Amino acid sequence: MSIKNLIICIVILAGLVALPHFLAYNFQDLLIFLAVNVLVVVSYRLVTLTGEWSLIHVVMMGVGAYASAMLSKMAGFPFWISMPIAGLTAATIAALLCFPLFRMTQFYFLIGSFAAGEAIRLVWIYFIDPFGGSSGINNLPPPELGDIDFYEPIPYFYMTLIIVTISLFILYRIEKSRVGLTLNAVHWKAPLAESVGVDTWKYRSLALIVGSFFVGIAGALKVHYLGVVTPHQFGIGVMVFVLIWVIVGGYASFVGPIIGVVVLTVFDQGLRASGIVDPAVQPAVYGAVLIASILFMPEGLEGIGKRFFSKSSGENA
Amino acid sequence: MALLEVKNVTKQFGGLTALNDVSFSVEKGEIRGLIGPNGAGKSTMFKNIAGFYTPTKGEVIYDGQNIAGAHPCKVSGMGLVRTFQETTLFDEMSVFENALVGCHMTARSNLFSAIFGSDRQRQKIAAEKTMDVLEFMGLADRKDQLASELPLGSQRALAMAISLNADPKVLLMDEPFAGMNPEETNHMMDLTRKLQDKGITIVLVEHDMKAVMGLCGYLTVLCFGSLLAEGTPEEIRNNEKVIQAYLGGGS
Ligand SMILES: Nc1ncnc2c1ncn2[C@@H]1O[C@H](COP(=O)(O)OP(=O)(O)OP(=O)(O)O)[C@@H](O)[C@H]1O
Ligand SMILES: [Mg+2]
Repeated sequence: MSIKNLIICIVILAGLVALPHFLAYNFQDLLIFLAVNVLVVVSYRLVTLTGEWSLIHVVMMGVGAYASAMLSKMAGFPFWISMPIAGLTAATIAALLCFPLFRMTQFYFLIGSFAAGEAIRLVWIYFIDPFGGSSGINNLPPPELGDIDFYEPIPYFYMTLIIVTISLFILYRIEKSRVGLTLNAVHWKAPLAESVGVDTWKYRSLALIVGSFFVGIAGALKVHYLGVVTPHQFGIGVMVFVLIWVIVGGYASFVGPIIGVVVLTVFDQGLRASGIVDPAVQPAVYGAVLIASILFMPEGLEGIGKRFFSKSSGENA
Repeated sequence: MALLEVKNVTKQFGGLTALNDVSFSVEKGEIRGLIGPNGAGKSTMFKNIAGFYTPTKGEVIYDGQNIAGAHPCKVSGMGLVRTFQETTLFDEMSVFENALVGCHMTARSNLFSAIFGSDRQRQKIAAEKTMDVLEFMGLADRKDQLASELPLGSQRALAMAISLNADPKVLLMDEPFAGMNPEETNHMMDLTRKLQDKGITIVLVEHDMKAVMGLCGYLTVLCFGSLLAEGTPEEIRNNEKVIQAYLGGGS
């Protein structure tokens, strides 16, 4: 990371620390979900680095959420332990899914990952014991640390900010390392990568497993704030939002998806507050935004930014 | 004992027999030509040797081991590296990054060292080695360009650089001179001889007969999937069956 980028990061972080104090209560909530969603899109980007677009990412978030919820509710684990286990559980399920999923590529992989995700969601709905069926598990305990009140949005936001920042840093390091280079190589020409000794199967799996680990953490962060976990929080509709954020932001660079989720969330709230459109037609607005962005900015918002400022902070990988 | 031995390899695609009971062996240190008219099965032979296809029948013995059907990444990890007939590069990556991927076997890192940067020394050595290879292939001053932006001749050179960076013991070159002008071809021929001097065994598939005759000590000729003839360039040039095959098959 260059000095310039480091300074930009520090300024943004300082801004984020100050930000909630200027916001109304319900916007503070929103900030937490936004931070969680940033981790969701950035971890998703790692999965897409090898060129495979999966539809299971949000379900993996649910796997982490359920793991943490069940451990804390039924076994009394503190959040600080159940949260990392949430990541590990999602990673483990992802590792098991690699065997069937990576026998497929492209379109078949997309559909296969969707089917696997729906199967997991059915398990949550069907087995009321222990998953709680359609209504899920509620009254999840918040984290405990000294006498900090994590029911309040600001402390919870700060905790989320710390965990998300560390996670982003790790994901960034991976992408800029030789591992990231190899993931990209697998994306562009898998046979060529194999011809110099790259085990493409292993690298595809690695991306899915690591991406799932971090989205599992994101899942735990989300549901312990809400206090409830249900299967509907992780449906395909949510996955579509993730895809829109990533595509509109620009998936070619590390910062693209972050820009996407932030801009569209602000846009969404603005739309809501302005009252111009009925909330019922909001998805249609999102759809229009997606179509327009694919047509008019194939490299996403990040690509536009790059054209204005000769060189952006997200060096293309 | 031969370094690479192809034993009775047959490859069928549905009803089509692309290779029919072909056997030949390559000694350590030689430049072997594998020639034949279009569709003779040369590329298919390379893919069978390098693990991209599994032979329907037969064995591929490399360094005393049967590697027929082994995964390509295992085969290349053992030092048997193929190049591609079609220009095959990591298009959206820079020339340097392309070549850097080549030294995967010696420089790959795990998650831990990726996150903590604990193998910085090894990555530095890998970067230096990559620069040496680019220098050797005459691409050093283009290292920051995108691979897809290179002229065709340089793209072919870059494809070679990627393979060379994998430290091959045996290099299977599939039409390396295709798309090169005579000057580039001459230059590449010199480089190929230098590779031989470095101790790399080379199997060369090429339609440019001047290059083949100039480089190879011994030739293996395929035609319609079968072994047609073997011999020195001189013998092959005067071989009745080979002349017939080329005139009949056109090429
Ligand atoms: N994957 C495949 N499926 C079906 N048939 C194939 C496949 N690969 C090759 N063939 C067939 O096998 C035969 C040999 O092809 P191959 O590419 O090995 O020829 P070649 O000697 O490399 O020719 P060229 O000099 O044109 O490159 C051809 O008839 C080709 O159509
Ligand atoms: Mg061929």
